[in-house]
Formats: sequence, structure tokens, C-alpha cells
Amino acid sequence: MTDLTKLTLKAALDGLSSKAFSSLELTQAHVDAVAAAKPLNAYILETPDKALDMARAADAIRAKGEAGPLTGAPLGIKDLFCTEGVRTTACSNILGNFVPTYESTVTANLWRDGAVMLGKLNMDQFAMGSSNETSAFGDVVNPWRGAGSDRKLTPGGSSGGSAAAVAADLCLAATATDTGGSIRQPAAFTGTVGIKPTYGRCSRWGVVAFASSLDQAGPIAKTVEDAAIMLKSMSGHDPKDSTSLDIAVPDYPSFVGKSVKGLRIGIPKEYRVEGMPAEIEQLWQKGIDWLKEAGCEIVEVSLPHTKYALPAYYIVAPAEASSNLARYDGMRFGLRVDGANLTETYEQTRAAGFGEEVKRRILIGTYVLSAGYYDAYYVKALKVRRRILEDFEQAFEKVDALLTPTAPSAAFGLGENADDPVAMYLNDIFTVTVNLAGLPGMSIPAGVDANGLPLGLQLIGKALDEGTLFSLGGALEKAADFKAKPAKWW
Amino acid sequence: MAIDAATVRKVARLARIAEPEERLEPLARELTGIMNWIEQLNEVDTNGVEPMTSAVAVTLPMRENVVTDGGDAARVLSNAPKSVGGFFVVPKVVE
Repeated sequence: MTDLTKLTLKAALDGLSSKAFSSLELTQAHVDAVAAAKPLNAYILETPDKALDMARAADAIRAKGEAGPLTGAPLGIKDLFCTEGVRTTACSNILGNFVPTYESTVTANLWRDGAVMLGKLNMDQFAMGSSNETSAFGDVVNPWRGAGSDRKLTPGGSSGGSAAAVAADLCLAATATDTGGSIRQPAAFTGTVGIKPTYGRCSRWGVVAFASSLDQAGPIAKTVEDAAIMLKSMSGHDPKDSTSLDIAVPDYPSFVGKSVKGLRIGIPKEYRVEGMPAEIEQLWQKGIDWLKEAGCEIVEVSLPHTKYALPAYYIVAPAEASSNLARYDGMRFGLRVDGANLTETYEQTRAAGFGEEVKRRILIGTYVLSAGYYDAYYVKALKVRRRILEDFEQAFEKVDALLTPTAPSAAFGLGENADDPVAMYLNDIFTVTVNLAGLPGMSIPAGVDANGLPLGLQLIGKALDEGTLFSLGGALEKAADFKAKPAKWW
Repeated sequence: MAIDAATVRKVARLARIAEPEERLEPLARELTGIMNWIEQLNEVDTNGVEPMTSAVAVTLPMRENVVTDGGDAARVLSNAPKSVGGFFVVPKVVE
């Protein structure tokens, strides 16, 4: 039998439907692949018994003719999603051995549609990071390596485990989350497709909170169509999240393959940043040419406040994080380190439980929210945030979507940017604007650099217009014909 | 602007994170670097701009004021570092 882990989600669902193989066979193949891929450190908790039980149940349901959209498809779950009875840590020691007694809405939606869980995926601690180096479980290693090199590369972050697992065929698709680029940048670094939908499409209920006004769940997948299948199942109104949108979920897969003729595509001139590798500039131009050939009209647009997005983000996100993470007090769940009194217990618990980057962001957030600085920093950042939104609103009066690079570089070496927080933050320069404005953004693998490492292009859509992104993403995917896969070394 | 060690000590205290003395200076340098980079926001004219407090312009939904969940102490306590007889055990707060 062919290697079932090489299949796309769509091909696997078709194979299950035509009874070419069972979910048990498909899931066993993935369980074996996961067990053999320890050097990647993509999974921090494998749940093979649960996976095989779910697969058997899926086969039984399919035999009764009651299959749902994902029945029998094995997936990986980012450790930010609470999974009932399965340890969930956000890759932080402060959650210790936290075992949720409830299921996040997004994962519950996936199980409702028949999916199978292979395990929990590594990530930057509390989703704070762009290289998966802040995880309490150690770095994820990118399955991709530079030509002729055995240097370990980052898979990006924070959804590094999700991206590495999809790229290395350790699941058919994975859940991920994106607060400043955490779906799209890892997707670009691993040759996978990732989409962050419009804020409010996916429920945040049961997803460990980082920055609530920016956090959104979305999938990382092997193809645009697979991402569409995943997002359709993950999305939907949830009364348990007051920011969840009460709007019907479109049939996203039906948008893939639709003609993009006549669509107007904006090219924001501010995204031509200094020091960007020529290869990325060239790939962007190729993307423009591909969309032109597909019948799109290319329009130069201006997003004048782009350069202020990252500094605004590094006030808004840490401010929200410092508030959200106040809940880790060692009293009700997670780690407790006893001190001489209550305050010391809090301080020792949080000092021992949080990683360095998490502490740094809590301190920044506490500082910008503290008396005397609130207006100068926090309120100022919220005003700049509106300026950034207005930039997009003006651009979208003229165009249907925007095309940009996803990240300013290809995957870099683990440890390379570790000493300079600001250099690390600059990874998100093209992605973070989208979170601030609440818009959908998608990364599509579009080519490789001189070292053979994947590069991604980003499509940004109007609010609630993921459908157009899936059509454009499909067109780019077809034109780019990206077939490269990492050579197996693990 | 420069953040000094005393400010880091104060902020760490507010955030309830114990930072050892020897970490205060390095953290002050790091935070100063980050805040100096953030200072560029002052270049943006935000006169008359309403702060953006929500990613999507929606009014918060209301629901019936009824109990929807509860009465399940075992589940609530299942991850407690310490619990006794259906209660969380916490350090003494009032002397």
C-alpha cells in the first residue's frame, strides 16, 4: 500500500469514502510516523491509544453511512487548545500537569465532524515567540534543512509544532493559533498553507488566552483545499465566546478553484522593507505575475502606518497578556511554589512557572498599563491600531485583496535571533498588521530560496471574505506548483 | 526613555513575579531597548482618533440571567494544587 501519511486531507477523505483504506489503517500509519519522528520534537504528547479508538469509532460511523466532513481523518492539536482528559500546558511549566475537564469549542467542532486526535503539538510558550524556542518542552526542529547543511532550523512560531508536523507528514492537518503571525510565519517556513480567519470566526473558548483582542484559531494544512476543509469545521458561532461572530460559515472548499478573473489585487508599497532578501522580492513579483495571468488586475496601494504596527502590537499584546496571565496564581490549577506568605507564594510560583519571554512580556504589559503610562503607551497604541485599520479600509475601497510576502526571511537557524528580542519581533512585520485590524490572512508556499528553503506569499482579505482568499490561494498554489518536500533525515 | 532597575523591581512586584536582584539590571536594559523601539509611535498623529478597543465593531451580546453551569466541585477542583473537603486550600490571607 502507498504511504498513507503522504496523502492530502482531501485525498485521505476520498480514500476513506471509497473504502480504499480504513481510518484505522490511516491513523496507524500516522501514529507510526509520529513515533519515529522524535528528533523533530513536534509532538509533546502523543495519544496513540485515543487515536486508534477514535479511528475505530470513525470506521464504524462510516460503515453506517453517517460520515461527517472529517470522519476518520487524523489531526494534530496545538497545545493551546484545551482537550478534555488530555494534558494541556500551552508549553509552559506554570500549567504543569493541567488536565482540562472540558473541550475547547474548536476541537469539539472537529470531533463533531469525525476527526481523530493524534496528540498535542509543541509551540512557543503561551504562543509568545516566532521560532518555537520559548517552549518549556524544547525547540521544534524544522523538517527542512538548507541544501548540503545539517544545521537545525526553526520551523517558525508560535505554531511551530503544527507547521513541522504537517510538513513532515505527521498528521493530515493541524490546528494552530495566530496572535501576530503565529499561523502564517510557520507555514511560510515549512512549505505549508496556513490561514488566520477574520477575528471572531473561530471561538476562543477553551483556547488558552494570550492577547484576547488578537488571538484567532485557524488551520495549518498541506494544500489550500485542505485548509478550507479544516476551517469550515473549526469555524462557527459559539455563545460561550462573546466575540464569536453569529454569522453563517460559508462552504470554504467550494471557493477553491473558482476563477479569480477581474479581482483587483493591491500591492502595498510599504511592504518593500529595507534589507529584505532579493529572493523574496522576486517571489513577490512572481506572485504578482501569476495573479495577472489568472486575470487579476494589479493595483499599487498604500498602507502608510505599516511600520507602526509592530511597536503598537508590542504594547497591545503584552498589556492584554499581563492581564490574562494574572490568573496563574498557583491557587486553583497548575504549579504552586509555597512562599512565606501569600504574596511570596504568588511571586515564587510565577517566577518558577513562566519562561523568560513570557515574563518579559508580562513586565512590559504591566509597565505600559501602570499609573502614569497608561495614556502615553496603551491608549496611544490603541489609537495607532485604529490608524492601521483605517489604512486597510481605504485600501479595500479600491481592491479585493492584498498580496505581500509572509515573512522577511526564510527559516533561520535555531538560536540565531535568541539574544535580540526586537530582531525576533521583526519576523512578524508583514503578518501583525492583519491581527491588529482583525482581518483574514493566508500564507501559501510559493517557492524556495537559493538554499532550497520554502518561502511563502501572504494574501490579506476583507473582513469575513475568507472565500476570496481561498480562490486566490488556489490560483497561486496552481501557478506556483510547489511540490518540494523536506528530505527525510529524522 | 530609560527604565532603571528600581522601575523593574516595582513592575515585577506589581506583576507578582519574583526577579532576583542580579536580573534587574539586565532586564532594565532589555526593556529599555524594547521601549525605545516602541517610542516611534509618537511620530503618528493620533489627534482626534478614537482608541480601537475591539477587533470587530459588534455590540456585546446579552443572555438570560440564569445559571448555566455549576454544582460540580469535583471537576472544578480536579487540577487544584491543594484541596480539602471540596475546597481550595490557599495560604493564610488575614492574620
